Amino acid sequence: MTTGFELAPAPHARSLVGVPLMMRRVLYALAPAAITYVWFFGWGLVINFAVAAVTALVSEGAVLRLRGRRTRVALNDGSALVTAALLSFALPPLVPAWIPALGSVVAIVVAKHLFGGLGKNLFNPAMVGYVFLLVSFPVEMTQWIPPRMGDIDYMQLSFSGQIEYSFLGRLPNAVDIDTLTRATPLDIVKEGLRSAHSFAQLRGGSLFGDFGGRGWEWVANLIVLGGLYLLYTGTIRWQIPVSLLAGLLLPATAFYVLDADHYAAPDFHLFSGASMLGAFFIATDPVSAPASDRGRLIYGACIGLLTYAIRTWGGYPDGIAFGVLLMNAAVPLIDRYTRPRIYGQG
Amino acid sequence: MGELLLIVVAAALVNNFVLVQFLGVCPALGASRRLEGAIGMALATGLVLTTASGLSFLVDHFVLQRFELQYLRLLSFVLVIGVSLQLANRLSRSFSPFLQRLLGIYVPLIASNCAVLGVVLLNSAASRSFVAALFYAAGASLGFGLALALLAGLRERLQHSDVPLAFRGPAIVFVTAGILSLAFLGFTGFARL
Repeated sequence: MTTGFELAPAPHARSLVGVPLMMRRVLYALAPAAITYVWFFGWGLVINFAVAAVTALVSEGAVLRLRGRRTRVALNDGSALVTAALLSFALPPLVPAWIPALGSVVAIVVAKHLFGGLGKNLFNPAMVGYVFLLVSFPVEMTQWIPPRMGDIDYMQLSFSGQIEYSFLGRLPNAVDIDTLTRATPLDIVKEGLRSAHSFAQLRGGSLFGDFGGRGWEWVANLIVLGGLYLLYTGTIRWQIPVSLLAGLLLPATAFYVLDADHYAAPDFHLFSGASMLGAFFIATDPVSAPASDRGRLIYGACIGLLTYAIRTWGGYPDGIAFGVLLMNAAVPLIDRYTRPRIYGQG
Repeated sequence: MGELLLIVVAAALVNNFVLVQFLGVCPALGASRRLEGAIGMALATGLVLTTASGLSFLVDHFVLQRFELQYLRLLSFVLVIGVSLQLANRLSRSFSPFLQRLLGIYVPLIASNCAVLGVVLLNSAASRSFVAALFYAAGASLGFGLALALLAGLRERLQHSDVPLAFRGPAIVFVTAGILSLAFLGFTGFARL
């Protein structure tokens, strides 16, 4: 019977939580960790975020204009800001300004809008931008700095020093880039285990704290806090964080129990690098993750396993970004084989 | 055993033929429109590739090297691949209608798959043993199949996307394959080959 009306498919209920609110909540959840990050590692994060955010919004507006779409709603929904925020968390604090800018453009234009825009991306945009930068500019992307903590000898740039380096590429007199940069705890562990040091030996180093690296473990703690806030507000669901951390924890524990000298401890893996950020903020992007709960469990677990494998046997110190992208590619297959059963049909 | 396993991992993931070495991109993009087609193509390629690797090893060692005819390598390998194709075609037709139905239409397409020639040439250049050559071919086919399956899934999902007009069709598929290649770079360092 034709009624002359076009009926959209079910469900017809509307959620009270729209995209802008979800994005705002993610930014709130990141704020405590960001403050801690700035406390330990200086103003680099803020500068990178500013550059990335501006570039993200400008490029999003430009692409929408080119497609003849309206820009007001899209620019105000905060999704570009979230991408910029996650990208700046992934970048080293001390990078030239064109790095977050370029990464932002790639993330927003290529990974998001070429596939259709919000809700249509196949891959996590922030991770595409990050991996693109990591592969294309390995030198700049591996310039990490040590945290500002009592007994580590570090030298930190002032705010103006950071701005000057970021935008003009100049460092203050008598300061070389090598004085400022230091390897990350993950780097140290990878190199150290490869050259036959024991993990216990490496852990005694000045850059290592109680669980992970000094400073880094505090950032990870506050990321977890932010993640718990997101779980509490229902912005993310528990399947992906829990399965990702389990997928990382299980092999880490197994190998550590078998040979504690040659493998990093499980708590080191949990609180180092981007494990927590990936578990609560990156892998939980609902668009590039599977649609069913069972699928999400598989997805998270595989990301955890891939991260452990890349950290232990691969060439890169941290595998979260690659793990997320690889599993993003597998999502259509996961969805196909974890289709929920339709009521009434076996 | 561990060495053979490493060869498989290296050929399938670290040096994936489609996504890292960019060989066989044409059949990969051609056969990845739907998942069923992708699996059929991957199986057919695996069959032909393994046969061709074995045969080319025999030809290489017992004919070319014995009679110092190494300059005929390229020619003879292309012939061997053609023979393997025909073998696979005839065998599947006579012995297994199921196999014929599954692989039939794809086998002729493998003639133009440069990854097959690539595997055979690389085996010869690295002077692999017979068993190692077979494992390398198996790994290469696994990697080819994996790339095909992933691309097929992504392409099916792309059909529901809102791709800009200028990028619809092959363009967005290439962008997707490119991002997939970026992701596969995460496997560098797992095995040295």
